[in-house]
Amino acid sequence: MQLTILIAVLIVLTVLAFVYGRKRALVTVGGNRRALHSMPSYHGWFVALWCGLPAAILLVLWLVLRGTILDGFIEDALGPELAAAGPEMHGALLEDVRQLAAGNSIAREPSPALLAAADRYSSLQSSADAAVLVIGLVAAALGLGFAWRKVGPKLRARNNVEAVVRLVLFLCSVVAIVTTIGIVLSVLFEAIRFFGRVPFWEFLFGVQWSPQMAIREDQVGSSGAFGIIPLFTGTIYITLIALIIAMPIGLLSAIYMAEYASPKFRNAVKPILEILAGIPTVVYGFFAALTVGPAFRGFGDALGLSVSSESALAAGVVMGIMIIPFISSLTDDAIVAVPRSLREGAYALGATKSETVVNVIIPAALPGIVAAFLLAVSRAIGETMIVVMAAGLTANLTANPLDSMTTVTVQIVTLLVGDQEFDSPKTLAAFALGLVLFIATLVLNVVALHVSRKYRERYD
Amino acid sequence: MDREADVAEARIDQGESPFRANFALGENSSATPDAGAPQQIAVTAKDVSVFYGKKQALFSVNLNIERNRVTALIGPSGCGKSTFLRCINRMNDTIEGCRVTGEIKLDGTDIYGRGIDVVQLRARVGMVFQKPNPFPKSIYENVAYGPRIHGLAANGRELDDIVEQSLRRAGLFDEVSDRLNTPGTSLSGGQQQRLCIARAIAISPEVILMDEPCSALDPIATAKVEELIDELREHFTIAIVTHNMQQAARVSQYTAFFHLGNLVEFGPTEHIFTNPTEERTQDYITGRFG
Ligand SMILES: Nc1ncnc2c1ncn2[C@@H]1O[C@H](COP(=O)(O)OP(=O)(O)O)[C@@H](O)[C@H]1O
Ligand SMILES: [Mg+2]
Repeated sequence: MQLTILIAVLIVLTVLAFVYGRKRALVTVGGNRRALHSMPSYHGWFVALWCGLPAAILLVLWLVLRGTILDGFIEDALGPELAAAGPEMHGALLEDVRQLAAGNSIAREPSPALLAAADRYSSLQSSADAAVLVIGLVAAALGLGFAWRKVGPKLRARNNVEAVVRLVLFLCSVVAIVTTIGIVLSVLFEAIRFFGRVPFWEFLFGVQWSPQMAIREDQVGSSGAFGIIPLFTGTIYITLIALIIAMPIGLLSAIYMAEYASPKFRNAVKPILEILAGIPTVVYGFFAALTVGPAFRGFGDALGLSVSSESALAAGVVMGIMIIPFISSLTDDAIVAVPRSLREGAYALGATKSETVVNVIIPAALPGIVAAFLLAVSRAIGETMIVVMAAGLTANLTANPLDSMTTVTVQIVTLLVGDQEFDSPKTLAAFALGLVLFIATLVLNVVALHVSRKYRERYD
Repeated sequence: MDREADVAEARIDQGESPFRANFALGENSSATPDAGAPQQIAVTAKDVSVFYGKKQALFSVNLNIERNRVTALIGPSGCGKSTFLRCINRMNDTIEGCRVTGEIKLDGTDIYGRGIDVVQLRARVGMVFQKPNPFPKSIYENVAYGPRIHGLAANGRELDDIVEQSLRRAGLFDEVSDRLNTPGTSLSGGQQQRLCIARAIAISPEVILMDEPCSALDPIATAKVEELIDELREHFTIAIVTHNMQQAARVSQYTAFFHLGNLVEFGPTEHIFTNPTEERTQDYITGRFG
């Protein structure tokens, strides 16, 4: 409650600071704008920032640290209770206290110690918040006073404000980088924990994948096998099928659109391709599971082949359809970027249209086409929904495209769906798979980026 | 007409000189011109008008281009020089909405007539562009490309010969003989332009069209290309667009002055530069406008 008040007051103060700071700047020079180093509104921003920013930083810090600080206090108060309950109940007890303090009921009968702690917690919380409110207002007032006195013809308000703007932009970019690094590191550490239980080489070269582990000692069943080879081959196999479908169709349609089609046709078809690219993959997924898969089984039956209704072929074909617009639109861009002068050079030698396309335009656009291809591969490898729905969950090590197969992404999903303990190799395996996937797509993207950048240099 | 016949003919011709391969379009077969005698006309343009959509860019141009001579097209920017040049190898066909009326004859055959294959026409009328535009291939492959698509070489050795001859004629062979397999784009601008000339002459055209071939080159490279043009005259008919008055005076025997889509004056270069009939020509060559 107190914090809400603080936020509201801060907003009002900041707005007022801006308005009056700007006015004051003009007043200090008697209305003569030219006497000011910076435009009046920069003075307004200067005052507003000094008023709002320190208090806002304080507020954010408090919101981040509040839980930890308060927990520290009640841990002291709860000392004996916590010790009796044992370390694994630690978190649950603290949560109970928080719930009681907020006025909610908890699952079991609260002990007197717990109730006392909850009381202490809520009183601590409100007094601490009140303290923050006061400190925040004081900080705002001090900043306001400081900036107010600074406003004048000499103040380099513009430079100060620009510096703050730069800092804010910098922090935003840091957020993006730090999150990425954080995600990568957390995946990496969990994967390392996994490799502490399952040997690295067994993971990388094992040919059996059955992550179910006996939870109790006396349970029958395997002790789990974490060989990634079946998943890897499944992923590559399905990706390959997708590319066999998508590469020629995407490439040829791009050539047609860029070189042969009339502008009218082009303008009609390009948006359609973009719509195709915008269809959520889960829609492709049920298309694969409900239409393509059964259709293939029907064909198979007619031919006397046994096709399982969840087959790598169905998943691969639908995935191929999914990446066609991706490939064709990137390839189209690459072809259109080939300078007109090269085409004219070929035509002037008496080359036909198709000779020009094959001998001059494709070689010139090749780096762009390769980049499109690699990006499409990384997209196919990371694709999950279609495979979950159409290719099945069983990790078969087989070369038969009519059999069901599974991929790395699908296994990550199945490992983390349902009940799980956070410590078992089964769960940790998801992180190891994630790491493998991350490295594979990273390499593909970096290579694609490198290739297409090289290409750009050539014709500038 | 099918290509096989051409190939056979081309091969026979190459027995004597690989640069006189003759792609007969009509019945006539061109005799090798006698340097001293009055020259034959290679290209005749009659009442040629060009429209880009609704806009007319060229108004009823009549112009004859003599064999084994250099004809310069001069005039201020946008006056239709390139447009006229690109009519001669029907390059304007590749531009959406461009329409050509009138008649252009190459060796007496209307090149816009029915039954004319632009592929064969362009094998007879080569072109060099303003900006060097080598293909993203090796130096060798750049030159070999034309002979390859027209089937001018029976085997690899013949192709090697054509490539070497063409590079020599373009004055480039000595500079690149040790790196024929490096990309054409790795050469300097002047070298790239001479590579493009070598590429054009490798298919032994009768006419070579050059659209401001030196405007992207430095003075030394320009001088080399000019020298080359003078040598090429012996074997080819050349039409060159240029913005550089001195260049026109140096390399050409005939000059055509275009202005606002009209052919204002056409005649021997000497005459145009010393004693033009039209006032506009006088104004332009003395630098009063354009
Ligand atoms: N592709 C085109 N589409 C429309 N108009 C064009 C095109 N090319 C040239 N033009 C127009 O035709 C006229 C002659 O152009 P051009 O032959 O290129 O002139 P020059 O080569 O003498 O500078 C100009 O007015 C130009 O704007
Ligand atoms: Mg031009």
